[in-house]
Amino acid sequence: MTIPDATLDGAGAPTVPPNGAGAAPGTGRPDTPAPVRDRIRLRYTKLGKIRFTSHRDVARMWERALRRSGMPVAWSEGFSPHPLLSFGLALPTGCESRAEYLDIRLDPAERPGRRPGAAEPAGGLPGILSGLLPEGIEVQAVGPVPDGAGSLQQDVTSCNWELEVLGVAAQELATRIEQLLDAPSVVIRRQRKGRQVEDDLRPSVLALAPIEVAAGPGPRGDGALPLRAELATHPRGVRPGELLEGLGTDLVLVRACRTHQWIERDGARTEPLASSGTEPGNGAPHAQERAS
Amino acid sequence: MESLWPRIEPLLWGVAKPARYIGGEQGARSALRRPCDVAWLLIYPDTYEIGLPNQGLQILYEILNDRPDAVAERSYAPWLDMEAAMREAGIPLFSVENHFAARAFDVLAFNLSAELVYTNLLNLVDLAGMPVRSAGRDAGDPLVVAGGHCTFNPEPLADFVDAFVLGDGEEVVSEMNEAIGHWLAGPPASRERHDLLGALAALEGVYVPSLYVPRYDADGRLLATEPVDDTVPAVVEKRTVADLAEWPYPTHQLVPLTEVVHDRLNVEVFRGCTRGCRFCQAGMITRPVRERPGDQVRQMVADGLEWSGYDEVALTSLSTADFSGIEDTVRDIIEDPRHGERVSVSLPSLRVDAFTVGTAAQIQRVRRTGLTFAPEGGTWRMRQVINKLIREEDLYSAVDAAFSQGWRRVKLYFMIGLPTELDEDVLGIAELGKRCVEIGRRYHRSVTVVCSVGGFVPKPHTPFQWFGQDTVAELRRKVVLLRDAGRGARGLTIRWHDPEASAAEGIASRGDRRIGAVIERVWRAGGTFQEWSEHFDLGLWEEALIAEGLTLNQTVYRHRDQDEALPWDHISAGLHRDFLWDDWREAIAEKGVEDCRWTPCYDCGACTGFGVEHVVASAVPPAGGSQGTGQDLALGGRVPVRFVTAGATGEGDPR
Repeated sequence: MTIPDATLDGAGAPTVPPNGAGAAPGTGRPDTPAPVRDRIRLRYTKLGKIRFTSHRDVARMWERALRRSGMPVAWSEGFSPHPLLSFGLALPTGCESRAEYLDIRLDPAERPGRRPGAAEPAGGLPGILSGLLPEGIEVQAVGPVPDGAGSLQQDVTSCNWELEVLGVAAQELATRIEQLLDAPSVVIRRQRKGRQVEDDLRPSVLALAPIEVAAGPGPRGDGALPLRAELATHPRGVRPGELLEGLGTDLVLVRACRTHQWIERDGARTEPLASSGTEPGNGAPHAQERAS
Repeated sequence: MESLWPRIEPLLWGVAKPARYIGGEQGARSALRRPCDVAWLLIYPDTYEIGLPNQGLQILYEILNDRPDAVAERSYAPWLDMEAAMREAGIPLFSVENHFAARAFDVLAFNLSAELVYTNLLNLVDLAGMPVRSAGRDAGDPLVVAGGHCTFNPEPLADFVDAFVLGDGEEVVSEMNEAIGHWLAGPPASRERHDLLGALAALEGVYVPSLYVPRYDADGRLLATEPVDDTVPAVVEKRTVADLAEWPYPTHQLVPLTEVVHDRLNVEVFRGCTRGCRFCQAGMITRPVRERPGDQVRQMVADGLEWSGYDEVALTSLSTADFSGIEDTVRDIIEDPRHGERVSVSLPSLRVDAFTVGTAAQIQRVRRTGLTFAPEGGTWRMRQVINKLIREEDLYSAVDAAFSQGWRRVKLYFMIGLPTELDEDVLGIAELGKRCVEIGRRYHRSVTVVCSVGGFVPKPHTPFQWFGQDTVAELRRKVVLLRDAGRGARGLTIRWHDPEASAAEGIASRGDRRIGAVIERVWRAGGTFQEWSEHFDLGLWEEALIAEGLTLNQTVYRHRDQDEALPWDHISAGLHRDFLWDDWREAIAEKGVEDCRWTPCYDCGACTGFGVEHVVASAVPPAGGSQGTGQDLALGGRVPVRFVTAGATGEGDPR
């Protein structure tokens, strides 16, 4: 299978956004040559059973899927050449996500022209790649990487999370959240290279609030309490498990889902790839259902 | 059947590598069972990472799932943390596809590729919620069957496994499916397990141990293992697929979501081997040689790469360099425009005598992984005894070819504890390693040669089946000898396997039915995952032997006599006992024999007994090569002149 660069248009028409650094010229005008973009950015989900695979596992899935797609991915030079893929912040094994990002460098020399009369694959590039990826990984949007953008790891400043916890009643959880937010510092201990280190969690907690639910056993019937958090990624990405430790060691994290990644620059907050028709906050319910 | 997933899911947060338990591989089949289907659970009794790539299991998985009257799912041994969590939560062994309980299947089919997994088999049957002993199970329990190389001595597991399958499974698995389906179609109330076992025993290649009894003399020596009645054959013969071309499986190799061993496309290029290495059970029990047609290999590689997205393919067999036209095949794969330019080909089990500069140049074009050769013996004398007739010259040429083509790291496999072994044979390993380092230095400033040394365990159905295995103490002494000889040699690394693990493997390898109780004791004492050095404990095995009134000396270290009954005498891999005994005498006389693919037949029995023949595309042996190639073996031990000063051990003298 070959992916003509026209698929960037095909998929890009609805999804390539004006993205801070200016609208990509040529989008929406599929008859003119596509702009030469050497880097494209994808947003994808990691939902359901597949959340128990690791960040490295996901990287390998992508390498295989891209090889099967025939996309002209650029390769590094040297003794051990590898495809030039750049993943964003690692998602802890076991966490779900509706906002994972991947930058792919394309090989300009290898970009095939559009075959005359070639049928546009349904769903464009996201549809093709989703079909080649395992259940639960669904590509939701694609677009060019804005000019001057750095790597995802450098640029992303915070992430939104939806968490579900067990261990305390809703009232108690609300109290603890307030206490955490009011505290000047919240010291947690974590293992780093086999040594215990202490960290102040508080500066990294940008927002934290319970999600109101009707009384009862909760959405999944296990009585877990949902809450929403925004956690900073610099100087170090805080993991949901660490936040939970700050709320009390008697809490058990049963579900965690990254819902957004944010880039804050000069006071303005944007997503690495602006949202398309589906609002990521609502998720892709069909994908979730299919994968779990 | 009800999925256990909602109960499994909460456990996965707290265990290592949870992706082992989620299934979802590309190529996984998860059709729900229809009423007339026989439901199989194919189980590899080691971790997911080790078990998933197993080709035998994947072949049967496809064949069964392609049948209109069968479904097959898979399971692997949960790691200790997961097993503890499952037992605490009351969750039984489950399939990875639909997360169904093992007991909901009709058949639990185990793959046995190594003896040290035997305790895991018991553990998994127990984890499934069934009595571990066959006698304790009834018509409501799934049938427990096992296949794989270890079944050629099934006796140690005879009390736990209902039926063993000997040899190639492609055809017999369908025959079993029909027999089981027929039995299941009967009214449940009148189903007798005995009837099903009788029907299975009537199939060629299926051994039902409960229909055979061992007889011992007053001193506890085995006299014979005999059928209980005349409805079953006195000797059960293995199954052999005559033409590999009819079985291009797996067609859709499973692509795992998480890292496993051999994480690449694997295409089997031939089955069987007639090099005749006397220590090698695989080479003896899988005869004759059946090559896959070259065009089919190329097609399977092309289809497999496109399907999987892998960029590496391994051409598998017991000795891939012997495949007819191997260099052309490798070149065609690498140059095939369908694969782009980044496909690498790996050739496991390379014989040094067939490894040429041409092969080296082909496989290094894309990626340089480590190269491994297996001379097995440190001296030419030793290699004549084991019939691995690699001349010193061939070995150094292969290593030279590798280093000259850019490799900097070469690994060499050896065994110690071989029959007739002298200390100079052991020391020869270090000498040989040093010379290889010296060759490498001619091309690179810094090279590594790793000599990996394992203790030899005699295997059933080989000429060495009569040999008394070296004791742990003796193997240790030889390891120290070798370690000291290699000390301080720049570029040379010597590694060795635990001699105690060789002893435990020896117990299971040639044990008789009484070893079953030993295995059960080891399992009950917590001895699972004995293949894993961090969990292996010879103490458990020794205690179990004592409790059963047995000794290591009796089961492992003792030489067997020519007329002694062996526990696997009623199991046939087609090989005549006379052939094996004569070959054993030849070994002691330090005489090698040539490869019968290209030279006259020795009448080992494998072809004639089954009415099959070697399927070999090329009538000429591969380039290089020492067996059956008309090379002069008289000077096989001659060390090339350039090395004579390097090591004056005397082994270079022509014998």
